[in-house]
Formats: sequence, C-alpha cells, structure tokens
Amino acid sequence: MTSAERRWQGLLFVAPFLLLYLLILIYPLLRGLWLSLYQVDLFGGGTFVGLANYARLAADPVFGQSLINTFLVTLMIVPLLTVVALALALALNRATRSAAILRGVFFSSAVLSVTIVTLIWRFILAPDAGLLGELWTALGREPLPFLSAPNLVLPALAMTTIWWSVGFPMLLFLAGLQQIPQDMYEAAALDRASKWTTFWRVTLPSLRRTTILVVMLQTAAQLQIFGQSQLLTAGGPSGASRTAVLFLFETAFGRWELGYASAAAEILFLIILAVTLTQYMLTGRVRAGEDGR
Amino acid sequence: MAASRSDDRLPPLVWAALLTAAALMVAPLVWTLLLSLKSNAELVGNSGAALGGPYTLENYGAIFGNSSTMRWLLNSAIVSLGTTAGVLVLASLAGYGFARLDFPFRRSLFVLVLLGLAIPSQAVILPQHQLFATLGLHNSYPGLILPGLIGPFGVFFMTQYMRAIPKELDEAAMLDGASRFTIFWRVILPLTIPAQSTLAVFTFLGSWNDYWWPLISATRSDMYTLTVGLAASQMNYAQTSGLGFLMAQAVFASIPIFIVYIIFQKQIVRAMAGAALK
Repeated sequence: MTSAERRWQGLLFVAPFLLLYLLILIYPLLRGLWLSLYQVDLFGGGTFVGLANYARLAADPVFGQSLINTFLVTLMIVPLLTVVALALALALNRATRSAAILRGVFFSSAVLSVTIVTLIWRFILAPDAGLLGELWTALGREPLPFLSAPNLVLPALAMTTIWWSVGFPMLLFLAGLQQIPQDMYEAAALDRASKWTTFWRVTLPSLRRTTILVVMLQTAAQLQIFGQSQLLTAGGPSGASRTAVLFLFETAFGRWELGYASAAAEILFLIILAVTLTQYMLTGRVRAGEDGR
Repeated sequence: MAASRSDDRLPPLVWAALLTAAALMVAPLVWTLLLSLKSNAELVGNSGAALGGPYTLENYGAIFGNSSTMRWLLNSAIVSLGTTAGVLVLASLAGYGFARLDFPFRRSLFVLVLLGLAIPSQAVILPQHQLFATLGLHNSYPGLILPGLIGPFGVFFMTQYMRAIPKELDEAAMLDGASRFTIFWRVILPLTIPAQSTLAVFTFLGSWNDYWWPLISATRSDMYTLTVGLAASQMNYAQTSGLGFLMAQAVFASIPIFIVYIIFQKQIVRAMAGAALK
C-alpha cells in the first residue's frame, strides 16, 4: 500500500455515515432553502417567486399566532421546569434509598412517548371524562374546560409538558451537583455561612454551566413543541394552541403548499439555530468540539 | 450516586413538598392503569368508576386478540432495533476515522457533522419527504429506519470516546502488520463497549418514542409504529374501541420502554453526568 492510499484510508471509515448524512440531512437542508423561494404544490413544477413566501408569512395572522403561541408556551414551560428540576435535584442529591426511589419516580415519565403522554393527559384534562374533572365535580365545582377554553389551553399543554419532561433536567442538575468539590462546602461551613448563603454563593454559581445547558436545551426543544398540540387539541380552540411546527405540518401535509411550508420551516430553523448558537457560545462547546488531538 | 452531603436530614416541610410532588407525578400513571383495568361499558360517561372495583384484564386480553396492536409492536421493534444497530455501526466507523486517522479535510468534515447538531428535524422534513417518495421508501422499514441513522450525536460521542484511547495501541498493532480495519475491529472496538451500550440505550429510546417521522412516512396502518398507531387510536377513539381498551394500549405500549429503562438506568445516569461535564 502506498502512502497516498494510506492517506485516504480514513475517509473510508467516515464515508458510510457521511454519504447518508449528506443525502438525508444536508441535501434536504439546501433543497428546503431552494423550495422556500418557489411556489410549489403537490404536482411538482414550481414558479420562482423570490421572497414572496416570506412576505406572505409575515402578513399571515395564522402563522403569527402560531409563533406567539409557541413563544408563550415555551415561556410557561422553561423557567418553571428549570426551577422544579433544580429543586428536585437539590432535595434528592443524597445517598439514601428513599432518594433513589424518588429519583426513579420523577424520571419515569421521561421515557414515555408523546402519544402515550397525551393519551394519559387527555383523560386527566377532559372536563367530562378526566381525573381533574372528577375531582372538581366531587368538590361540587364546575369542571374547568382545559382543552376547549382559549385562555386555559396553553397552560394545560405546559402542565402536560412539565410533567413529561422534568426527568432529564433533574438528572443533569444532579450530575452538576456531584461535580461541586466538597471542600467548597467545608470552607463555607468554616466561615459559618448559613445554608441559604451557601446555596447562593457556592451551589448556584457552580451550577452555572448546567443551568445554561438545561435552559437552552429546553428552549430549543419546546420551540419545536408539536405532538402535545396536535394530539390534545389539534391546535384548537380556533388556533389558540396551534404551535409553529403544527402550522408547518398542516401547511405541508394537509394543504401541500410545499414552498410556503418550506419558508415557515426556514424561519423556525433560524430561531432554533439562534438558541443553539447562544448555548454553544455561553458554554464554549464549539471550542471543545473542534479541539484536535 | 454518592451524595455530597448525605448526613443532613431533610426538613419535614421539604419532605412533605417532595411527597406531594411525587404523588402528582404518579397519579396520572395510576389513573391510566386503573382505567385500563375497567370494562369499557362501565366507563361510558363515568370515568370515575375507575376508582372502584370490579377490575378486569379483559382489555389486555383484547390487545392480544387485536392484530393491529401486535403488528405495531412488531414494527416498533424492527425499526428501533434496526436503527440502534445501524447507528452503532456507522457511528463507530466514523468515530474511529475522525478520532484516530488523518485524512484530507478531516477537520472540515467533522465540523460539517457538528453543524448537524443544530439542524432540527422539522426544518428538513419536507425535502426529506420528497426524497423518500422519489426513492419509493415510504411505508417501508428502510424508509422508517434511514432518517434515524444520520444523527450527528452518535458520531460526536464515539469520536470523543475513541480519542481518549491511547495512540500506542494502534502503533503496536501496526508493527504486528495488522490492517487498519483489523485494528478497529479487534483492538479499539472492544474497548468502547461502555460507550456502545450508552449510545444504544439512547438511540433505542429515541427511536421507539419517535412520532414525527413515522407520522409522515408511514401512512398505511400496517406500517404504523406503536407511537403512530396509538395516535390514530386516540383520535378515532370515540367511534371505536372504548376508554378502557385505549388505556390498556397505552400501558401495553409503555411496558417495553420501562423494561429497557430499568435495565439500563446506570447507562442513562452516566450519560447525563457526561453531558453535564462537557
């Protein structure tokens, strides 16, 4: 084997992945950008329309509403989820048997699929056949129409999502807590710092990176919220819970307006890219990823 | 998991809050289980009946007699196992190449793969759908498996892991006249078993629970995975099966995933620790 052949040998190892990656991810990414500049329907063909799809999006109240809904539900979920996950991690960061069991309990819902989660919550939230409805009726109150009242439906989706997603951030915080050197606490104890002071001065600053990671991962995930909205409410009532991805799904696979849907996909991509890049910058992962050997 | 401050006891108030939260966490699961154990007729118009007996296993019996649910289970198993096997093979090969060999454009290609971490699957769904239609792969197992193989995370993860293995191992094997592939297969791969198992668990969980791609690609009900099948059942539930049966389906569909979770808990926790460190 010549040294020139050897030089290219590494490429053989990465080629199988890379070819699939280029075909199924990178090509569609570029093709989507191209599609977004055309007016395309199901029957192929297409007329170049420049940025007209984007202009139409900007003026489309349905798309605007779906973006607002997505931001609102993300705002309801991420701060609460982060605080709850941190509180659970702080309480359960100990080597007792009961703490281990409770960690399992709080993580258990995270392994379920979105269809099972919505199936479960549909029959908790539904006023006529749900657990909350039964409890309300038992208390002699009128059940709340969580899934059919415009002002209750986003909080209901947020509640469902928090129940579903609390496990992973809790585990991340637990792992972060394990990394804090013990002697920092000993030093704080020597200074007779109160528990409260220790928490604010030692624990919280040490969890900075973990917190950024949790907040950014969750923000990126919740901006893509789809299954809860599609399955629990089909975006209703009258669009009050239609999320951006549901808009994309309906436009693409319901009305087959491929160019228009592609433009919506690009907008969504840019928003999520901005979140991801912010996370990389704040945690310095780009440098960690690029380092040579 | 060792605690850093194990001696201090939790104050009673914190305990009470924790137990309340745990009850809120568990109540929906228990409610689902109870509903699944009731006859459909009893639940019509009165789901509160689930709080008292008599309980029955008839809904679970009905699942085993229901060919479509069993078919969806089979599809989910084939797709998840196929995806997991494919990811392990591709990510290990690519990880070895990126971590331990030098070749032209190595660095730029690795950055290209890393960029993929920032591409959400929703952004590429339309062209992907068109591509798979052109290739005639919708409603097929390859069609359901292939998009699961291109996640950059596996490659990133295996590259990091293989970088940490001492370089001298390859050099010693080279002196013995071993080929690159032999070194990969016989020397390096056996050392990566812990990383393989972690990647396998996460890939399997992700693939088993995936809803987005099979929803779009599997349009024939005999090619549904369990997630899509359950979605279809819950949307049509009023006309068909009944609440008890629906909930039994939900419990049935989550059993495999709970088994995987219980067996591989350690890998999951370890992977989280790794993510928090990076």
